[in-house]
Parts: sequence; structure tokens; C-alpha cells
Amino acid sequence: MKYMLMMNTPGNGPYQIGSWPRQDIQAHIGHMIALNKKLRAAGEFVIAEGLSGPDQARLVRAGKDGAPVTDGVFPESKEFLAGYWVVDVDSPARAYQIAAEASAAPGPGGAPLNMAIEVREVMSGPPTDML
Amino acid sequence: MSQPGLDLDTEHLLRDLAPQVLGSVVRRYRDFAACEDAVQEALLAAAQQWPRDGRPENPRGWLIQVASRRMVDQIRSDSARRQREHAAALDLGQVVAAASVESRADEDETLTLLFMCCHPSLTTASAVALTLRAVGGLTTAQIANAFLVPEATMAQRISRAKQTIRASGVGFDLPAARARGDRLETVRHVLYLIFNEGYTASVGPTLLRVDLSSEAIRLARAVQRLAPDDTEAAGLVALMILTDARRNARSGSAGELIPLQHQDRSRWDRAAIDEGVALLTATLGRGRVGPYQLQAAVAAVHDEAARYEDTDWPQIVALYTLLGRMYDNPMVALNRAIAIAMVQGPAAGLAILDTIAADGRLAGNHRLDAVRGHLLELAGERDGAVRHYLAAANRTTNTAERNYLLTQAATLRDAAPG
Repeated sequence: MKYMLMMNTPGNGPYQIGSWPRQDIQAHIGHMIALNKKLRAAGEFVIAEGLSGPDQARLVRAGKDGAPVTDGVFPESKEFLAGYWVVDVDSPARAYQIAAEASAAPGPGGAPLNMAIEVREVMSGPPTDML
Repeated sequence: MSQPGLDLDTEHLLRDLAPQVLGSVVRRYRDFAACEDAVQEALLAAAQQWPRDGRPENPRGWLIQVASRRMVDQIRSDSARRQREHAAALDLGQVVAAASVESRADEDETLTLLFMCCHPSLTTASAVALTLRAVGGLTTAQIANAFLVPEATMAQRISRAKQTIRASGVGFDLPAARARGDRLETVRHVLYLIFNEGYTASVGPTLLRVDLSSEAIRLARAVQRLAPDDTEAAGLVALMILTDARRNARSGSAGELIPLQHQDRSRWDRAAIDEGVALLTATLGRGRVGPYQLQAAVAAVHDEAARYEDTDWPQIVALYTLLGRMYDNPMVALNRAIAIAMVQGPAAGLAILDTIAADGRLAGNHRLDAVRGHLLELAGERDGAVRHYLAAANRTTNTAERNYLLTQAATLRDAAPG
């Protein structure tokens, strides 16, 4: 079964990692790289992507003529999607375990951030005839 | 990138033969889309059968025969074309008989295929995919893997590219001499994009990815061989080799980006540098000097400096000035500003950045902020440097580059007094 793990960060301004000391930035990046490496080695990795910062985000709606109407930046949003993983695991418990490991990524001073990671099961599609 | 059970030698042979086989089959049967499918099937059949039964005596003839049979089968199954069945079956014998003697014609056909796959009517993404498959002999799965998209997506992209070619009525012919230069330029551009895709992606976890840089170099060498009069084709090969020579030194153990200044130059590939410099030297002055030769010359100046401090910056300024005259591009101007800062000091470079920013074409581009951060750091203006490094980090879409810029900003901030 596949799960999407969504990592949220405060949305009021650019990513806070930009204000951390060098050592802490490197520890944080190292933690994420090691996690992805482990997921690959375990055959659980489907995809992981980091997203560009909140100040680059736009909300898009179709206007009357169907043309895109864009809106942004959103200083009011409390939470912002910073990145996500899709993992293929045997049980929900395993997905939660991976989420906890991502959540505990080190922050300023090396202390675990314990970020909230939203875990959602990915709906399975109908059997495909493609390929 | 290899298929299970297929040794590297055989895979390379198959990939070298792919465009020649496709060229021969297209010449007989005309229908590019169907022929391309047939050749892919023949390559797959070879990948399965050769390791088991041994390599045939005439590998190219074998592939042409199998692909032609597929074409005949398809034509045969198409009732509206029943009339052509007999003729096509006869053709098969001729194609195979001709296969062993037409090496010059086959080379022209590889070039014709490249012209077709890099046709101006195609989007760049389509041209890249079609080139890798039809000329590079990669499977759809391998190409999809290289670009990290689902195989079905890549299959559709290739299939639409073939439809576009069919709809545009491009024949399988060499372009007229007059158009040849323009078409070669498009081919070079597509190969350069493939190289860069591989090169920028070569930082970080890239397990299972086809090595696009090596593939681009292989194809660029083919173009150089097929168009020996085209000095820019040689320039492109030199640029790729001289850039790729630094590959092992440009990222650290955790995949972090290491800039030129801090690279361990003993890890550069000396043999590749020697080859690139020799090629460039033999090319410059032989004909028209173009952007690829000039960029290769810049790469050579970097590659030949034993230490970063030994870099011949005045030479680099001269090369970028020439390039800028030939080619009004703000990225070239940006690189020239860095070189000028290294010769005349950061203030001179920063003054040029103001002109580039006023021009507006790089508005919102992270490179402008990254370079300004770098020059402000050189000037000792720590706060400004941090601010621009962070602005660049927020804008770049490359993870390795973002991590590098964040680290640069943090290093400067950590060193701040108090």
C-alpha cells in the first residue's frame, strides 16, 4: 500500500532553514538524504520531492474565459507544504514509522524539529492495460 | 542502464547499430514511425537472444532482417496494403544483401535521422526523447528513467513526436545544403541539452539513471565524425569532454555541490582534459569560431589551471567578451561579470551586475542573486552577501544548488562578529 507523507512548515515567509547556523543546516540535509537512501535500499521509496518556497507559490483559478488567474503570495497561511514522499509499505504502522523519522529531522542546535507530517493513503487505481 | 543479462559490449554495439539499422529500414519502407517501432523490437529481440544463442556473424544484417520482417508482418496484416506485400517481401532480400557494403550511406543516414529527430517542428522535450530512442538506441523505459517520468508518459511523448513528424511531411532526406547549417545547429542544441540534463542531475542520488552526459558525448562524437567540416560540432564535443572531466570533483560524499574554487583538482580526469584541449586546439582557427568553441575554450582555461589561484582570468574575460559580441545573452554577461571581478576587483563586477539587472531579462532569475552574493562576499560586504545568497536559495529549483546557497549564507552569518 502506498502512502503520501506531507511535510508542512510555517507559511509566513521564506523557509526558516535560511536563518540556521551552517552546522544545523548540514545536519538537517544529511538527515533527509540518509532517510531517502534507507527508503531506497528497503525498496519502499516511490518518490520524494522538495518544493520551492512559499514566496514562489501562486494560487491559480480559471477566469471567465478559462484563462488562468493567478494570485499569491499568502502571508496569512499558517502551514505550508514544503515537500512530500510517496512510500510503498506493508502496513500503515510502517508509514507512520517513516513519518516519525522524517519528523525528527534535526533543527537549530541539533534538536529534533518534530514537525507534523501528514500521512495519507494513496487510492489505488484500476488495473492498467498500459505498457 | 543495462538490460539484465546483456553485457556492456553488446549493449554498446546494439546502440551503435541502432541508427544505421533504422536508416536502412526507413529508406526501404518510408514510414518512419512504423520503422522505428520495428527497429526497437529488433533491438529487444537481440538483447534477449544474443546472450543466449551467441552474437550473429553479421549483427547489423541480423537486426535489419528482423526489423524488416516486422515491417513485412505489419504490412501483411494491413489488408488495405495487401498489394504491396509481394514487393516488400522482395525488398527484404535486397536490404539484407546491401547491408554489409553501404557503410558511407549508413553514416549519412545516421545524420539524416538526427536531422529528423531534431526537426524544428518538434518541441525540445520531444526532440530530446526521440533522439535518445531513434539515434541513441535507448529503450523507452531507459529514457523515462533518465528523466524520472513514468514510462507511459515517455511512450506517449515519443509517439506524439512521431505523429508530428508524419504530419509535417518531413521526408527521410538530407536537408538542402543551404538549410544544413541551421539544422546542424538545432542538432547541436538538442545534444547540448541532453548533456546538461545529465550533468546537473549527476549531483545527488541518481541510482538507476541512464548516464545522459555520456550518451550526449557519444552522439556528439558521431555528429563530429559525420560533419567533419562543421567546426562547432567539434567545439561541442570539446566543451562536453572538458566539462565532464570535472564530474568526479563537483560533488561531495553526501551529494553536496562543490564549486570550482574548492574542487580537488587531482580528481579531474587528466586524459579527458588532454583530449578536449587537443581537439579544441585542432579546431580553433580551422573555420568559423562559434559559441561552443568559445565556451570550450573557457572550460579549457579552468581545466588547465593547477590551482584556482592560477586561473587565467584575463583570458576568460577576453573569451566571454567575444562570446557576448556574438551572442547577446544575459547569462554570458553574468559569467563575464564574475571574470571581470576576478581581474579588476569585485566593485567592477558589481557595476556590471547593475547593468545586467537593469536590462530586465534576468528578472527573478536566481543566478543574478547568487552571483551578486558571491561578489559581495568577495568585497567583504557580509550582510548584503547573506541577503542575496538567501534570495537565490529561495528561487533556485535545484535542490543541490539550494543547499549550497543556504550553506554559503550560514557560513558567512556564523563568522559574523558578535
